[in-house]
Amino acid sequence: MKPEGKRLVWNEYQKEIANDNYFYVRSCVRQNFFPGAEKTFLRYMKDMGRNVFENPSHTTCSGIGYHSDIVPFETAMTMVARQFALMSEAGYENFVTSCITSFGLYSEVLETWEHFPAVEEKIRGHLRNATGREFVKPKNLAHASDVTFKLRKDISKAGKYRLINHITGNSIRVVEHIGCHYSRMFPNKGVGGAEYPYVLIGMIDEWGGEVIDYPERRHCCGFGFRQYLVKANRGYSVSSSKKKFDSMKPYKPELILTNCPGCPMFLDRWQYAISEMEGTTYGENGQGIPVMTYEELAGLILGYDPWDLGLQVHQVPVEPLLEKMGIPYDPAKKFLDINGNSMGKPKPPSAMKFY
Amino acid sequence: MEHSVIVIGGGVSGMTAAGMLAQQGFNVTLLEKEAETGGHAARWDRLFPDRKKASEVLDFIRKGMSRVKVITGITVVNITRNDKEFTVVTRGQVADGGSQMADIPHPASCILLATGYELFEARKKEEYGYGIYNNVITSAELEDKFRSGSPILTSEGKPPARIGIVHCVGSRDEKVGNLYCSKVCCVTGVKQAIELKEMYPASEVFNFYMDLRMFDRHFEELYYEAQQKWGVSFIRGRLSECAENPDGSIIVKTEDTLTGKPLKMTVDLLVLLTGFVPGRGMASISAMLGLTTGADGFTNSADSHTLNNSTEIPGIFLAGAVKGPVSISESIADARAAAIQIEVYLNSDKPGND
Amino acid sequence: MIDFGYTLTRDRQFDYDRGDLRYYRLVRSLEPSIDLCIGCGSCSATCSAAQFTNLNIRKLHTVIRRGDTTSIKAGLRKCMFCGKCQLVCPRGVNLRNLILALNRAIEQLG
Repeated sequence: MKPEGKRLVWNEYQKEIANDNYFYVRSCVRQNFFPGAEKTFLRYMKDMGRNVFENPSHTTCSGIGYHSDIVPFETAMTMVARQFALMSEAGYENFVTSCITSFGLYSEVLETWEHFPAVEEKIRGHLRNATGREFVKPKNLAHASDVTFKLRKDISKAGKYRLINHITGNSIRVVEHIGCHYSRMFPNKGVGGAEYPYVLIGMIDEWGGEVIDYPERRHCCGFGFRQYLVKANRGYSVSSSKKKFDSMKPYKPELILTNCPGCPMFLDRWQYAISEMEGTTYGENGQGIPVMTYEELAGLILGYDPWDLGLQVHQVPVEPLLEKMGIPYDPAKKFLDINGNSMGKPKPPSAMKFY
Repeated sequence: MEHSVIVIGGGVSGMTAAGMLAQQGFNVTLLEKEAETGGHAARWDRLFPDRKKASEVLDFIRKGMSRVKVITGITVVNITRNDKEFTVVTRGQVADGGSQMADIPHPASCILLATGYELFEARKKEEYGYGIYNNVITSAELEDKFRSGSPILTSEGKPPARIGIVHCVGSRDEKVGNLYCSKVCCVTGVKQAIELKEMYPASEVFNFYMDLRMFDRHFEELYYEAQQKWGVSFIRGRLSECAENPDGSIIVKTEDTLTGKPLKMTVDLLVLLTGFVPGRGMASISAMLGLTTGADGFTNSADSHTLNNSTEIPGIFLAGAVKGPVSISESIADARAAAIQIEVYLNSDKPGND
Repeated sequence: MIDFGYTLTRDRQFDYDRGDLRYYRLVRSLEPSIDLCIGCGSCSATCSAAQFTNLNIRKLHTVIRRGDTTSIKAGLRKCMFCGKCQLVCPRGVNLRNLILALNRAIEQLG
């Protein structure tokens, strides 16, 4: 493998990411599966001295409905227009999304309006009639992982830990997984393009980890929406994740890093589901391969308490990785809530190790 | 005054036309930007369909060039027209002048543009991993290896047990902006498949194609021979992506369209048949002369049937791959046609021929 | 083991590295013209059995050359041995003999 070859590709896909003053919109589901993730993003943005603004009356972008064939495109565009209206009303012009599918939808909508200005005018009319609001298109659209990528050196400098096994001194082997909607539709809207995206690799490189390239790197985790929502189809989605796990196994990854809200949910939960359905586990000693989002990893690098990041609700235990990185954690506090009361303990899985 | 012809481009078509015109008694100067003439053909080992050595063809052409004045290592920086005469200004290093450059004007009664083509840059097809995965090479690099005479080995130093050849790299591809077919790559792929089987009879060779364009005499028979005599496998399906195994071998994914199923396999070596792209230098020359190019970027002649060596500008002629993908045998025929038309043009210009 | 209400879907991507080329090699030793096929489909187009069953003789012998042997037996049973395929093949593949060879392969290899 010639890494310089990849570097040439990355140089061709450079992206404009705003430096400060972001209007932040949340993901529908991320906080359900990863309760600490978005909170951590806001925390380290503040620690890095950046201003991030949220309007609590913002809604879903409706991407989840649009991609399930439930919400028609015109409705989705109007919902997006309202989000933009909230942004311009608050006096912001840099739009940052938490969800990758959102990012994909916002990009798609902006691109549609650029090629079909008549459609944009129509949506303005819809929004005006429905809510009385006017909107201004954002000057800069980025995903929260883009912003974290931009700040990766600052995070590294302020960081207390690195992606290095502190006992052996070796870099942690990381598989990076980019959400499908990040750059596949518009490769020049993603850092590094679509074939060799750089947004997560940049973070891993900067924080000391070793990136693994494996044959099914490009494969979708299976989330999709439209097929997954029906339970009988779920096996099809799980099989996609399984194809990835089987492919990355010989490369012995120690961590999977993702930037989409759905992907880590899949890659984390399905290791458990597959272990219960088939008895197969991945990773060392039946521990599974821990899965994290970039917010959680940035939080760990910066020395935030692992339980504040929400790592206790991951189904693949993160403790082995914390131990490798030399990050202290209090096992006794794992299942205590914010007030110190017990949250109850989950039933241990039958095939995977439980901490 | 003696008529002079300037031929820009020292490849197969340029040299053929220059030699023929010089033999007919004209004063011919050949300008070539590289240090040596020969163009791309100098890089090939054996030519389709009969597998003769490329050097044989170049030797034949060069034998006819004794009267041609050849200037290498220069670039054309300006061409101006004054009534029926042209001046071509070249820029090159001053002999024994170190890095000093000098501009030299060359007068001409007419100019033959035989500037040829360039090969598509394989790294633009990012999904094939050229320049990233060690065992992905181009067909031109494979010819280099054949010419060197040493056995072809993988980057791990082993003879390949399974080789994949990919057709249509950089051609017929909207994503890289080249919608046209480069014509000669398919027969090159079949030829190289046979050559690889000759070198390693026990190996498996797979050609991944969309269509097989066996357009000229003996080409279809070459395809037949590849299948029947050598056991080359042809899989109709365009490669979607490559990945690398821990041992350096390449995993390819394609659809086996003839069975309707997605297929994946490991190959030890992957050869990319890169197509033709217009030469970069022609853009400035076209601008200087006011020539037109097609949507594919190659230069247009005055008429593709009847005036295929002329342009709209009297005295400016075209030969060879500057007009688009072409084989060596066609290029030679085209160059000879251009030479005859130049001769007719120059003779019609002689004083007393009103 | 827990039943979550769904099952894993089989990977239908054909892995050439795991194919079974024994059938192909045996057939080729008995009828070398199998290698001449260009996939034009003339044989399947004229096939008598294909008018009433899902036998696709072009696909069947292509699939064997890839090492995918799952569908041979069921397909071959439908062939009437009428010889129309061989009549039209532009490459001169001896299809009747190929089918006989396939039968032999199934007998020998199971």
